[in-house]
Amino acid sequence: MADAAVALLAIAATLAVYAAARAVQRRRKSVWLHPVLVSIVVLIAALALLDIDYATYDRGGRVLTFFLGPAVVALGLPLYRQMEEIGRRGKAVLLSLLAGAAVGTLSATLAAALLGASDQVVRSLAPRAVTTPIAIGIAERVGGLPALSAAVAIFTGILGAVIGPPLLRAIGVRSRTAFGLSLGAAAHGVGTARAAEEGEVEAASSGLAIGLMGVFTAVLAPLGLALLAWLGLLG
Amino acid sequence: MMMGPRRLPRRGGGPSLCGMNPRRIAHHLLGLVILLAFLWMGDALARALRLPLPGSVAGMLMLAGTLRLRWIPERAVQPAAELLIRNMALLFVPAGVGVMAYAGLLRREWLPIAAAAAASTVAVLLVVGWMQQRLERDG
Repeated sequence: MADAAVALLAIAATLAVYAAARAVQRRRKSVWLHPVLVSIVVLIAALALLDIDYATYDRGGRVLTFFLGPAVVALGLPLYRQMEEIGRRGKAVLLSLLAGAAVGTLSATLAAALLGASDQVVRSLAPRAVTTPIAIGIAERVGGLPALSAAVAIFTGILGAVIGPPLLRAIGVRSRTAFGLSLGAAAHGVGTARAAEEGEVEAASSGLAIGLMGVFTAVLAPLGLALLAWLGLLG
Repeated sequence: MMMGPRRLPRRGGGPSLCGMNPRRIAHHLLGLVILLAFLWMGDALARALRLPLPGSVAGMLMLAGTLRLRWIPERAVQPAAELLIRNMALLFVPAGVGVMAYAGLLRREWLPIAAAAAASTVAVLLVVGWMQQRLERDG
């Protein structure tokens, strides 16, 4: 019985902490209190306090992680609904996001390599600008640490949602599509939630950016890492 | 994570799995089975063609294409897909807790990690926002 009980307990604890974190955010309305960030911090603290190792927690945790696979597949539905939008602004959207994916993966890996990060960390940063479930899939493929990629994606999502809007206004971005695409591309889900506060065009383009950045980065991340290896910055 | 609210309306507004009748549960299960089938096909395709994509992303593209071709009606996958997307944030909490296994690595390399992540976030924001605005004006 022990195994199943441990797994169920881990799932129940995760659900309870997450529900509580969402309730706190709804009350406080601070972007920094992102429920995922709060849940991760609380759960790590609890496990450390109770002296439970990650492998034990993950017996239940991996059940939730498993559903990320079908959840990414499910993004095909909004992608299908956005196909007309892609058609209308097609070329501009594709070019901007292709550039965004290239800059996203190259800037993160190059900066980390130049600052002396280890190879494994550099590889984990390659899918930085991608929504977490896709980032985990890419990290597995390019030899990074999926958990580190996930944490970085979550952290940068919150950062991008907070500094994005003032930054975009400062450089004179007035197009609503540009605003949404940029937030979705740099800050994926958290950015999309922020973009949605501005309006429907922003929300739609931001959601679109999440899907396309995932696809482009999945293709470009291995190429970017190969380039870094060729430059002698990566073993 | 959550997508834009316009495409994912909350029907009924109540808690998603509570008070569901057997037919709605069956509808959700049907959708989940379809999504899992696409995940499996995406995995197989990505491996067979040696695509540089995770199987889930290949599955996502195949699902969008299949819906477009009307081989599968949208409403077959809708309840399960929207339930998963709406609660996607919860699903990566365990993966995030996984960083505790890398406490030593984070203590050693937190600076390059944080600096690279922050720099890349700003770079993507600027490049995408600026390029899209330029291209829209010219085109």
